[in-house]
Amino acid sequence: MSGIIPAPIAQMPWKIIFLLLVIAGFGVVVLYSAAGGSMSPWAARHGIRFAVFLVMALVLWRFNEKLFKFFTFPVYIVIALMLLGVELMGAVGGGSQRWLDLGLIRIQPSELMKPAIILAVARFYDMLPAGQIRTWNAIWPALLLMGIPASLVLLQPDLGTTLTILAGGMTVAFLAGLPLRLFVIGAASLAVIAPLAYFFGLEEYQQRRVTTFLDPESDPLGAGYHIMQSQIAIGSGGMTGKGYLQGSQSHLDYLPEGHTDFVFATMAEEWGLIGGFAVIFAFFLLLRWGLGLAVNAKSRYSKLVAAGLTTTMFFYIAINLMMVMGLAPVVGIPLPFLSYGGSSMMTIMICIGILMSIEREMKYTRRSTLS
Amino acid sequence: MIGKRKTRKRPKARKKRKVITAAAQNITFNRRTLFLGGAQASVGLLLAGRMSYIAVAENERWEMLSESNRVNLTLIPPRRGWIVDRDGKPLANNRADFRVDVIPDRMKDKDATLAKLTDLLRLNDDEVGRIRKDLEESRGFAPIEIASGLNYEQFAALSVRLPDLPGVAPLRGFSRQYPSGAAVGHLLGYVGTVSAEEYEEEKNPLLITPGFKIGKDGLEKQFEQELRGKPGAKRVEVTARGKIVRELSKREDVPGKPMKLAINADLQEYAARRMGPESGGVVVMDCHTGELLAMSSMPSFDPNSFSDGIGYNEYGMLREDDHVPLRNKVLKGLFPPGSTVKPMVGLAFLEAGLDPNETVNCSGGLRVGNRRFNCWNRRGHGRVDMAKGIYQSCDVYFYYFAQRIGMNAIAAMAHKLGLGEEFPLPVTSQFYGTVPDPAWKQKKYNKSWQAFDTVNATIGQGYMLSNPLQLAVMSSRIASGRNVMPKLLMPKKRILAPNLYIAPEHLEYVRNAMADVVHGPGTARRAALPVPNIKMGGKTGTAQVVGLQFGRGGKDVQWKFRDHGLFICFAPLDNPRYAASVVIEHGGGSGAAYPVARDVLTFLYDRQKAMKTLEALEASWGGTIEQRAERKMAAYIARKNAEKAAANAPPAASAATAPEEQPEADN
Repeated sequence: MSGIIPAPIAQMPWKIIFLLLVIAGFGVVVLYSAAGGSMSPWAARHGIRFAVFLVMALVLWRFNEKLFKFFTFPVYIVIALMLLGVELMGAVGGGSQRWLDLGLIRIQPSELMKPAIILAVARFYDMLPAGQIRTWNAIWPALLLMGIPASLVLLQPDLGTTLTILAGGMTVAFLAGLPLRLFVIGAASLAVIAPLAYFFGLEEYQQRRVTTFLDPESDPLGAGYHIMQSQIAIGSGGMTGKGYLQGSQSHLDYLPEGHTDFVFATMAEEWGLIGGFAVIFAFFLLLRWGLGLAVNAKSRYSKLVAAGLTTTMFFYIAINLMMVMGLAPVVGIPLPFLSYGGSSMMTIMICIGILMSIEREMKYTRRSTLS
Repeated sequence: MIGKRKTRKRPKARKKRKVITAAAQNITFNRRTLFLGGAQASVGLLLAGRMSYIAVAENERWEMLSESNRVNLTLIPPRRGWIVDRDGKPLANNRADFRVDVIPDRMKDKDATLAKLTDLLRLNDDEVGRIRKDLEESRGFAPIEIASGLNYEQFAALSVRLPDLPGVAPLRGFSRQYPSGAAVGHLLGYVGTVSAEEYEEEKNPLLITPGFKIGKDGLEKQFEQELRGKPGAKRVEVTARGKIVRELSKREDVPGKPMKLAINADLQEYAARRMGPESGGVVVMDCHTGELLAMSSMPSFDPNSFSDGIGYNEYGMLREDDHVPLRNKVLKGLFPPGSTVKPMVGLAFLEAGLDPNETVNCSGGLRVGNRRFNCWNRRGHGRVDMAKGIYQSCDVYFYYFAQRIGMNAIAAMAHKLGLGEEFPLPVTSQFYGTVPDPAWKQKKYNKSWQAFDTVNATIGQGYMLSNPLQLAVMSSRIASGRNVMPKLLMPKKRILAPNLYIAPEHLEYVRNAMADVVHGPGTARRAALPVPNIKMGGKTGTAQVVGLQFGRGGKDVQWKFRDHGLFICFAPLDNPRYAASVVIEHGGGSGAAYPVARDVLTFLYDRQKAMKTLEALEASWGGTIEQRAERKMAAYIARKNAEKAAANAPPAASAATAPEEQPEADN
C-alpha cells in the first residue's frame, strides 16, 4: 500500500494530524461564531497559526531521540535564562511582565518551560543509574531542575504556570519510579500546607478567585461573574445547543473571554452537550495516543517524555474544563486547539511534535527489527 | 507485583536496599502510567458527568438565567395627561424629547463620567452643581436627570460613546412642558424625579424607570394618579454592557387622562404678567358657579425649570428673594383685608336691622374707650350713611355702628361670605386666616373681647387675616348672593351655586355702594373699565403693616413696611358675572391694586385694549416675566461670584467691597 504514495508522505503521522485538524478546525468554527460570525479577528488567525505550528511540529517529527537528548539541557538552560531575563527586565523597567520581546516575535518563556521541564527531568532520570532511584541522589537534582523555573515563574507572578511546571516535573519523577511513599507524604503535607499558603501566601485577589468558584452566586457581579456566566452558557446550551451563531451569552458579551479561556463555554452554548462530548472524546483520543506511546516506546527517555508531555496537555485540558464548568477556580489556562492564543498553541504543538517524533522513532525501530 | 512487595517490605528492612534493575523500572513505569491514564480518564468522566449535569439536569435553571441576561424588560414611562384650560388650551403638555439620565449604582467612576458628560453636553456650572447634589443625595437605583431637551446631534454623540459611560441612559421620551411658564407655577406645581421617600411609600418599579417623573406640587401632585397613566413595556435584547441589540416586543403606554381646569389660560397669564414686579395675588371667579378663571400668585417660579431639575443658582435665588416666589400667595398668603371687608360689614349691619340711611358725623376720628381711632381721612367725611361709608371707605361710620351691632353679627356674616373658611379645593394646603370674635379671643389669648377689637375688625385690621382667594369668594358671594365655592376643575355643565339667603335688597344696596366706589364719588374712580357699557362694583383696601412711626406706609418707606394694597370687585354691575380680588403685598396702598383689577377685567371684555396697557407697562418694567427673570438671575450670579471673590480676598479688602445687604427692590 505504500507503493502509490511516496514513502516520506506515507510515513507521516496522518492519524494524529487528522485528529488535530478536526479539533483545531472546530476551533476555527467556534471562533468564527465568537467573533459574531466573522473570520476576523480570531478565526482566520487561529487557522493560520495552527498551520504554522503544525509545520513546526512536523519539523520536530523529523528529529530523532539522540538530537532531543543532546539539546535537552542546553534548551532548558536557555529558557531558564530567558525567565531570569524577563524577571530582570521587569525589575528594571518597573512592573511585572511575562513576555520577552525579541523584535520579530514575543516569547513567553514560561510557556516554553512547560515542555522543557518534562524533557529535562526525563533526561535526568534517564541518565540516573537504575540502582540509585531510591537514593537521595534521585531526588535533589530533580527538585533543583523544577525549583529554579518554578520559583522564577512564581515571581512573575503566575501561579497557574508554576503549578503546571511542578506538576509536569513531578509526574515524570513519579513515573520514573521514585518511591510511592514520597508522593503519599507529599500529598499529605500539601493538604496541610495548602490552607496555610491560602491564608498567608496568596494575595487577596487570588484568595477571592479560589473561594468564589466554590460559591459563584455569592458575588455574581464580581469575582464569581466569570464562572457564573460560563455555567449559564454551558447549562443553557442543553442537549443540542442553541444552534450555531445563536449563542446569546457569547454574542451579547455576557461571557467574558469567550474566545480564549472560556471558548469551551462559547462552544457548548451553541453545540450543547453533544458538542461538549465530541470535544472531550477528541481529547481522550489524543491523550490515549500519547500514553500509548509512553507504554510502547522503546527507550526510557522516550517513555518518560511521552508520558510527561501527554500529562502536560492533560493539565491544560482538565484544568480549563474544570474551570469553565465551575469545578476549579478561574486560572488563566486556555483550552488546547480551541482557545485563541499563540503562546499556548506553540507549547502544545511542541509537545505534539516531540510525541510524533517518538512515534516515528518507535515505528522505525520496530520496522528495523522486523526487517 | 515486584514493586508492590518491595514497598511493603521497606519499613522492616531499612538497611538492605534491593537492587533495582532497568526491567523492574520499566514495569513500575507501565503500572504507574496505567494509573495515570486511569486517573486522567476518571477526570474525563467527571467532566463529562459534570457537563451533563449542568446542561441536562440543571438546564432549565441556566436557561432562565441566560434569558434574564439576554432580555431586558424596560418600562416605558406613560405620557402624562395634559392639563388644559376651560377652552382646551394646554396649560401643561408633553414635548417629545431627547434626554439623558444616569443611574448612580451602575456608574463606575462618577467624576470621570460627569466630566465627560459636561464636556459632551456643554453643561454649565449651575447644572453640574445640581447634578452633584442629586448624586450625593440619591439612593443609587433611582435615575438622576443629567439634561433634557437635547438635540439629535448631542443625543447621537452620546449614544455612540455609551460603552465608555457605564450608568448613563440616553432616552427618547417625553418631558413635561408648561407653555405659560411662571404664570402657572403655583397653580399647577411641577413634576420631578422620584425621591427616596416617595419610592418607599409606593414601591412601584415605574417610579425608578429612567425618564419617569411624578407630580411634586400643586395640581400635578394632587392629581398624580389620574395624570400618570399606565406604563408601556418593552422587551429588548441587551448586551452585557446594556446596549440594546434589538426590540423583541413592545406594549404601548396608556397616556394619563387629560384634566380640564376652570382656568382661562390667557387670563391666568395676563393676571400674572400684569402684577409686574410686585408681589401678590389675583383671583378671578365666575361669581355664580365658583369656577376659578384665574388664580395667579407672583412672583413665581418657572415650573419648566423645576421639572428639568432646577439649577443650584436658580433655586438659591428663589429661596433668598424677599418676595417669596416659592409661596402661593393666593392660598397661603395671609393679609389683613383692610377696608375690603366694609361691604361685608355693611351687610352684617343690614341683617342686624340697621337703617342704611342712619348717619354718623365723621370728624376724622372717633374716641373708643380711652383711645382715639382715626379715620383714614384726617379731615373727616362729615355726615356719613352706609353707602358713603362704603364708597368713601369712612372708618368712623364702621367704628361707630360696629359697637352698636356687636362683633358676633359681623363675624357670622364674615364666615357666611367665606372669610376664615377653608374651601374644598384640590390643593396641598391653604391658610384660612382668622375672623376674630369674643369666643375666639378668649380661647386663643384668654382675654376678654374689647370694644377696640371690634373697631379694628370692622376695618379689616387687628386679628383679621384672610387670603386673596377668600376675598374673591366674598366678592363673588356679594355679587351673586349665592353660596359660591371656588372650583379649580371644570364642571361638566354649568352648576349654579345655591342661594346664600341674604335679603336681595341688602345685597342690592351694598352693590350699588360698591358701584359708587368706582363710578360715583368713591375711592377708586380710576378703576372704571375702559369698556363701554360695562360697569363694575369694587371696594378698595389699604392694610397697614406697621405702626405709623415708620411713616404713612406709602411708596416712600422701605418695601417691607409699606401698606398692602387690596381691591375686590365684580362686573358687570347689573348682572354680575365675574368677581375678582387683587392683593398687592406692600404695594403702598389700594392704588397699587385696583389698576391691576381693572386691566384684568378689561382683558375679559377687550383683550386688545388690555394687552396694549400691559405692553406699555412691561416696557417700563424692563420686559416680560422671562426677560426680567433672566436679568435677575444674571445679577444674582454676578452678586454670588462677587461675594465669593470677596470671601477669598483678604479681610480688609472684603469690608470695602462687600455687597450691600439691602435686597434689590424692583420699583
